[in-house]
Amino acid sequence: MARSPNLSRRGFIMSVMTFAGSIMGIVVGLPVIGFLISPALNVTKSDAWVPVGKLDSYPVGVPTPFSFTRTKVNGWEKTVNSISVFVLRDATDKVRVFSSVCTHLGCRVTFHKDSNEFICPCHDAHFNKDGGVVSGPPPRPLDQYESKVENGALLIHVIQS
Amino acid sequence: MISKRMYPWLDERLGLSGIYKTVLDRMVPKVNWWFTLGSATLFLFALQVVTGIMLSAYYVPSPDKAYDSIQYIMNGVAFGWLIRGIHHWGATLMVITVFLHMLRVFFYAAYKYPREITWTTGVFLLLATLGMGFTGYLLPWDQKAYWATTVGTSIAGTVPGIGEFILRALRGGSDLSGVTLARFFSAHIWMFPAIIIALIGVHIYLVIRIGISSVPKEND
Repeated sequence: MARSPNLSRRGFIMSVMTFAGSIMGIVVGLPVIGFLISPALNVTKSDAWVPVGKLDSYPVGVPTPFSFTRTKVNGWEKTVNSISVFVLRDATDKVRVFSSVCTHLGCRVTFHKDSNEFICPCHDAHFNKDGGVVSGPPPRPLDQYESKVENGALLIHVIQS
Repeated sequence: MISKRMYPWLDERLGLSGIYKTVLDRMVPKVNWWFTLGSATLFLFALQVVTGIMLSAYYVPSPDKAYDSIQYIMNGVAFGWLIRGIHHWGATLMVITVFLHMLRVFFYAAYKYPREITWTTGVFLLLATLGMGFTGYLLPWDQKAYWATTVGTSIAGTVPGIGEFILRALRGGSDLSGVTLARFFSAHIWMFPAIIIALIGVHIYLVIRIGISSVPKEND
C-alpha cells in the first residue's frame, strides 16, 4: 500500500477517534452536569402577605416574637419552613418587623429583656432593640420585613426563594 | 494533552506503554463482528454505572417517596428523562448483549480448554446481570414493579422445602414491603455491582492472559 505523504492511516484513524470521542464526551458530559446542578438553577420565587395577628395585641416598645410556618414544594416533597419574627411597635403605632435569622450565619436570635438585646447563641452576636449590631461577627443589622396594617390586623410581606 | 516531555517521565514511573501493549496491542486472530459483544457489554456496564450513580443523587428508596422521587427525576430535573432513559434502555440492551455474547462463545466452542474459568466467570456475570435487572425493576415502585416482584419472588418461593425461607429472605418478611425495597436497592447498587466488578476483573484478566479464540475452521 502506498504511504500517504501527509497523513498515515493510523494518524487519520487516531484523529477521527479523538474527534468522535470528544463529541461523545461532550454530548454525554453536559447533560450529566446539568442533571446534577439542576436544583441550583430552578429558582422559583413566591411572595405573600402573611397575617401575624392584631396590631393592638403587640405591646409598645418591646420586641415580641411571632412564629408561623410556610410550606413549599421542593423536589419530591413538601418542605415546611418555620419562620419567626419579632414585632416592635412604638408609641405612634409605627411597626418594625425583624427577622429572627442572624445575619452572620443563619442561627436564630432571641430577645433578652434584661439586657434589651437580641442575642445569637451560635457566635455570641448582640443586636440592639432596633436591630443594629452591638457586638460580635454579624456583617449587617437584622433584616426587616415590609409590613402594613389592614383593619387592625398586621401583615408582613414574606418573600421565599 | 500530555506533552512530549511529560509522557516519558510518567511512562518510566507508571509503565503506561507496557499497559498499552498488553491490553490494547495484543495479538488477535482474524475474527468477525460477533467478537465485539463483550466490549459492547463492558461499555454498557460502564454506562449503567455512570447513569446509576447519577440517578442515586435524586432517587429515594422508601415506599412513600420512591415513586415521587422518580416523577421528580422525569419532570423536574434537567436531563433527568435522558439519564433515566439511558439507564432503562441500557439495562435492556445489556441483557441482550450479554446473552448474544454467551451464544457466540458457545457456538464457537470458545469455552473449552484453556478458557473454562473465563466461561465460568461469564456464567456468573450473566446471572449477576439478570439479578441487576430483577432488583432494578422494583425500584420505580409502581404497579408493574410491585407485581413483577411479587410474582418473581413467588417463583423463588416454589423451591421444594426451602422455598418459604428463600421467599422470606428475598422479601425481608412474608410480604412485599419497604424492607423489600430497601434490600433490593442495596443489592442493586452495592452487592451486585461489587460482584460484577470483581468478576469482570477476572474475566478480562483471563481474556488478556490467554488471548481470544479464533473462529473454528473445518478441521477443528
